[in-house]
Formats: sequence, structure tokens, C-alpha cells
Amino acid sequence: MDSTTANAPDRFEALDLHCVRHDRTLFAGLSFSLAPGQILQIEGPNGSGKTSLLRMLCGLLQPAQGEVRWRGLDIQAQRAEFLADVAYVGHLQGIKEDLTPRENLRMVQSLGRARTSISLDQALAQVGLYGFEDLPSRTLSAGQRRRVALARLLVLDARVWVLDEPFTALDRAGKALIESLLEMHSRNDGIAVLTTHQPVGLTQCALLSLQLAA
Amino acid sequence: MPNLALACTALLRRDLTLALRHRGEMANPLLFFVLVVSLFPLGLGPESHTLQTIAPGVIWVAALLAALLSLEGIFRSDFEDGSLEQLLLSPHPAALLVLTKVIAHWLVSGLPLILVAPLLGVLLHLPQAAMGALLATLTLGTPVLSLIGAIGVALTVGLRRGGVLLSLLVLPLYVPVLIFASSAVSDAGIGLAITAQLYFLGALLALALTLAPLAAAAALRISVS
Repeated sequence: MDSTTANAPDRFEALDLHCVRHDRTLFAGLSFSLAPGQILQIEGPNGSGKTSLLRMLCGLLQPAQGEVRWRGLDIQAQRAEFLADVAYVGHLQGIKEDLTPRENLRMVQSLGRARTSISLDQALAQVGLYGFEDLPSRTLSAGQRRRVALARLLVLDARVWVLDEPFTALDRAGKALIESLLEMHSRNDGIAVLTTHQPVGLTQCALLSLQLAA
Repeated sequence: MPNLALACTALLRRDLTLALRHRGEMANPLLFFVLVVSLFPLGLGPESHTLQTIAPGVIWVAALLAALLSLEGIFRSDFEDGSLEQLLLSPHPAALLVLTKVIAHWLVSGLPLILVAPLLGVLLHLPQAAMGALLATLTLGTPVLSLIGAIGVALTVGLRRGGVLLSLLVLPLYVPVLIFASSAVSDAGIGLAITAQLYFLGALLALALTLAPLAAAAALRISVS
């Protein structure tokens, strides 16, 4: 085992990331290192590259320079292993409008590494969709669809959560729900990176923060 | 660890369920295929010799255009609702998931064409002897159309108006299939051997089956980034 792996058993790290979109440098030389249980909030004005950063962190976008490391290794070098450990909820919900929430979650589970300790119905009940399991997702409200998308965090056994504006379209109870999920995730030694403009009320774990310049 | 076979079956079932819930959309290419072919006897007159000569070409050109018409459906809606991102974030090999999606698309858009083709053959007075060749070429050829098309859609799905570009990209690649398939059907009609054409179509299918999913998966990664 080389020294980086030994020193960083379960660390999620960004090393000198550069982001160039449409010939404009959004950020350069961005680095951080998260240990198990740590939650990072990324802040910054619109257009500062928050979404691009999150997409880089889960490997959807190639950084112009630098690398993202999981357990001491570049994520590009261990795609399958890393992707089994990561859950991403982006701007787009990633759910099918013509499928029911239950069908959508079943698809999520079969594509990733399923969490066996929770049933799909329990997960849907936990995000407040009890009674909506079998309606087409098209008939749900924006907030409810957001909850279906976020239920992905419950049905997948992911160590790293990457959340892009998770509070969008959610009511106050929904926001509290996400906060409690984040606290639970942190207690289970999970790592989360999220962007939001709202204050995140975490009482039981520390919230790190990273500011992106305009 | 995640199970690949399970993921592919689930994806196949999801895409077929979605197609079933959009039956109208599913019927479009088939309807187009039937309409185009059935207009020829009306336009050219019912003289059986003329129809017989043009039948292989007409049926194959119509099948090709019908395939082109249905291509967007492979990835468009997945791209728009974010399912595509999630698909690429799956720990499974993206190429195999792409292949699964193409198979689902072929079952919905290619297979029905094969099933109605004999009827259209009768409509155009296609000789009995050429019927087998028509079915064989469609069975070997339509999957190639879906597979090659998947590359084109994967490349253009991120563009707002990729329709024309898609045709320009994909049609030249369809030409070999068209040439070998329609010549096979014509030759079978006049009693010639068609093994050569079938071998070529088989080779094209093997090539497309192995390489197109890799190319399409790579193109999708570019399209979502």
C-alpha cells in the first residue's frame, strides 16, 4: 500500500481542480479533502461553477486540470468502484414521469448498489410519499418529484452524496428531512457535498463551507 | 456488488414499459413505413411488373426512413429528464447499458417493421421466392440501423435542433445496409443466390453490435458534460 492510500483510507479529495467552460475559467486550483462524516457546503454566486464542480466530483465532467480522488485514487482510474459509492442528485431529477415512484426507485436500485436494509415503500414513506407509491410521477407536484429523486439517497448504499441544490422546490418539512438525512449520513461515516443558497441547519455534525468566487 | 444482468433486465423492462405507456409514439414509425410503401402502387399504377422491380428498394428505403424517424427516441427523453446522467453514473459498463437501450428500441421500432413487411411485399407483388430474403435482410439489417443510429443520437442529443444533423451523420452509414439488403431481395426474386449479401449484412451486424455501443457510450459522455 502506498503512503497516500494509507494516510487517506476513506477520504474524498479534490486536488487542484480547474474548470473551464466555454473558454471562461470558472475556478482554478480548487482543492479540499473530506474525511468520513464530513459535510461540505459549496457557496458562491450564480455562474460561479458550483454545478460544474459537483459534476466533476462525480465524474460526469472532466476537469480541465487536476483530479478527484476517492480512497487515495483518481476516480477515473477506478470508475466502477467509485460510482458504486456515489449518489448524485442534480438539477434534473433523473426520474421518469411515466413511471410510478416505486418503479423509479426500483430502477435506481438495480442500476446502483442497493441498500438492503430498507424497502422501497419504507424509503418512500420516509420521504413523505406514503400513499403516492403507485401514481405516475407526472401527477406529483414539483416538490414531491424532488422527494422521489432524493429517495435515491435512501435506497442506495452510497458513501458519498453529491447534491445540487437539494432544497429546491421543497417545503420547510422537506428541508428538515434533508437535514436529518445529512445528519444520519454523517453519523454513518458518510461524506456529502452540496450546494445551496439557503442556510443549512445541522446541529449534530459540523458543516464545512467552501466559497467559490464570481 | 451491483449485478449487471439484473441491471440490464431492469433497464430493458423499464424501456419497454415506457414504450407501452406511449403506444401512439411507438406506432408512428410503423405507420410511416406502411403509408410510404402503400403510396407507391397508387402513384405508379397497379402494373405488377413495375411494382415488382421497385419493391425491394421501396420497402428498404421506407424501412430506413422509418428507423431514422424513430431514432431520437433512444436517448432524447432520458437526456431531458436526467435519467441519462444517472445511467452514466451507474457502476455498470455504460456500453452494455447503451446496448440494452438499443435492443429495447429495436424491439419496439424494428421488430414491428419485420412483422408487417411480408404484407407490404404482397402489396407490391414481390415474388414469393423473395419473401424469405426480405425477412432475412430485415432481421439482419434493422438492428444495424438502430445500432448505428444510436451513435448519431448520442452525438446530437445535447443539441437543441439535432434532427437534420442526425440524418446527415447517419444516412451515409446506412447506405451499405441498403445496397446489400435491396440487392439481396432483388436477386432472390429472380432466383439468384444471396448468400454473399447475407454474409455482408451479418458482418455489418457483428461489427455494429460490438463497436456501436462503445462509440455511443463515449458520445453520451461528451453530450452530458
